[in-house]
Amino acid sequence: MAIEDSHVRRAAHLARLAISDDQASGFVDDLSRILEMVDQLQSIDTEGVMPLSHPLDATQRLRADEVTESNQRDTFQRCAPAVENGLYLVPRVVE
Amino acid sequence: MYEKTLTQLAAALKSGEFSSRELTAHYLQRIEKADGKLNSFISVTAEQALKQAEIADNDRAAGKAGLLTGIPLALKDIFCTKDVKTSCGSKMLDNFIAPYNATVVEKLNAAGTISLGKTNMDEFAMGSSNENSYYGPVKNPWDLKAVPGGSSGGSAAAVAAGLVPAAMGTDTGGSIRQPAAFCGITGLKPTYGRVSRFGIIAYASSLDQAGPMARSAEDCAHLLGIIAGHDGRDSTSVARGVPDYVENLNAPLSGLKIGLPKEYFGDGLDPEVEKAVREAVKVYESLGATVRDVSLPHTHYAIPAYYVIAPAEASSNLSRYDGVRFGHRCENPSDLIDLYTRSRAEGFGEEVKRRILIGTHTLSEGFFDAYYTKAQQVRRLIRQDFLDAFEDVDVLMGPASPTPAFDLGAKKDPVSMYLQDIYTIAINLAGIPGISVPAGLAGGRPVGLQILGTHFAEAQLLNVAHQFQQATDWHLQRPAFAEEYA
Repeated sequence: MAIEDSHVRRAAHLARLAISDDQASGFVDDLSRILEMVDQLQSIDTEGVMPLSHPLDATQRLRADEVTESNQRDTFQRCAPAVENGLYLVPRVVE
Repeated sequence: MYEKTLTQLAAALKSGEFSSRELTAHYLQRIEKADGKLNSFISVTAEQALKQAEIADNDRAAGKAGLLTGIPLALKDIFCTKDVKTSCGSKMLDNFIAPYNATVVEKLNAAGTISLGKTNMDEFAMGSSNENSYYGPVKNPWDLKAVPGGSSGGSAAAVAAGLVPAAMGTDTGGSIRQPAAFCGITGLKPTYGRVSRFGIIAYASSLDQAGPMARSAEDCAHLLGIIAGHDGRDSTSVARGVPDYVENLNAPLSGLKIGLPKEYFGDGLDPEVEKAVREAVKVYESLGATVRDVSLPHTHYAIPAYYVIAPAEASSNLSRYDGVRFGHRCENPSDLIDLYTRSRAEGFGEEVKRRILIGTHTLSEGFFDAYYTKAQQVRRLIRQDFLDAFEDVDVLMGPASPTPAFDLGAKKDPVSMYLQDIYTIAINLAGIPGISVPAGLAGGRPVGLQILGTHFAEAQLLNVAHQFQQATDWHLQRPAFAEEYA
């Protein structure tokens, strides 16, 4: 499956990654070569094979619904770029 | 001191030959003198290390020392370390001071080991040469023109150069075993779920696993015993007892059944690497093992499957870097979307962007089934190849990498770099453990013998590797670089 400029731009938009026109054409070339390699997968018959998402086929473990963590907001906000009164600051979203 | 293995250093500390403070100062001095040429560390935490060493010496004097109390180590800069910069080799996290410790770090601290600092790595563990680091490439101490391998390249180079007796790495597609092979050290990737991933910056969560990198299998056995085990904070860590990995090291190998996957000895394998690996297999025969050829028929689909699954998981894991809660933030964002897109464009390097884009594309509407579902189906076939092989043999052996370390700058095309991982990547997809041990030189650069076992066979792998290291001395050989700073 070939990849086109529009695919790369859509992926960049979905991934919230700013790319210039020059970069976009570079990524089209790189991703085309990578996906060409990936396309070898299409030659295997996988009819009836269950997809494997966990190498030990484990399922998510459940635990009691109990509070185990204390509030560490101040500690965790120490590495934030901009905070005020315990809130993360971002550009205005709603006028 | 630096010429000793971790096991020998532990014995010397116990007998009082030197103190942890002396030992720590010795390694810090070596780092200061030599690392300008290697670039194996991103951060050196000298002051903290000396403080920890003093505590270790006091604990020892008070009779409270464990086996590894006072042993200096280094941590790949992917492990969160409280109050210490944890960059993951990225500009994105250049300003990130971790607010907590990874479970691995907690366990090493509790065992009384000392961290000398954080080692260099490919950005977000994406790479096979350590050339993708924001902090510049690492050089291989065997030949400063060569790469150390990746992504745990700083850990491997530092151990090989005698800047630290052992280091922690992580392995998502070969990132412990390939740099261990390139730098002539011993590196173990445990079974998926054996070691907690809590506090390890995530790349591909169904593949990532942490493990030790050291001079010998015996050293790795001591370290694995400390870091392995169930952790409630990682839902994929396995609730299963941790065996004594040291107790089994001297078990005889008579009757051991070794399989050689024919796909691991095919086209593209450097003849000198093949020769070294086959010589190593002969050593095993002399120790009483039997050898037979086996087949892992889906081997050639491992790289294609990996380059769907790993980028897909990465694109999701790396969505957290948004310039809001931590990490790099662009200047003067005009609106929220500008804040996200520019912070991420400025913070991530080329290879990381490439993988985010592949992952986002293959997971997107219209492509998901053809890529992601297909790759997961192939992943099951790849795992089944190994399970079938382990019905007939105890361990598999082959090269860790098709070539010895290549030159810096030699692989400009991403796909040619990806193909380097042909012998390591399937192991992560299958979730089985693997170890690389030094087995000779090719063109003056080290060769790694890779030994694979079934799920949770770490004790057996360490035993098999240790017996080889009792019969040979490849693991004790040092690059001339290490002696220059004696």
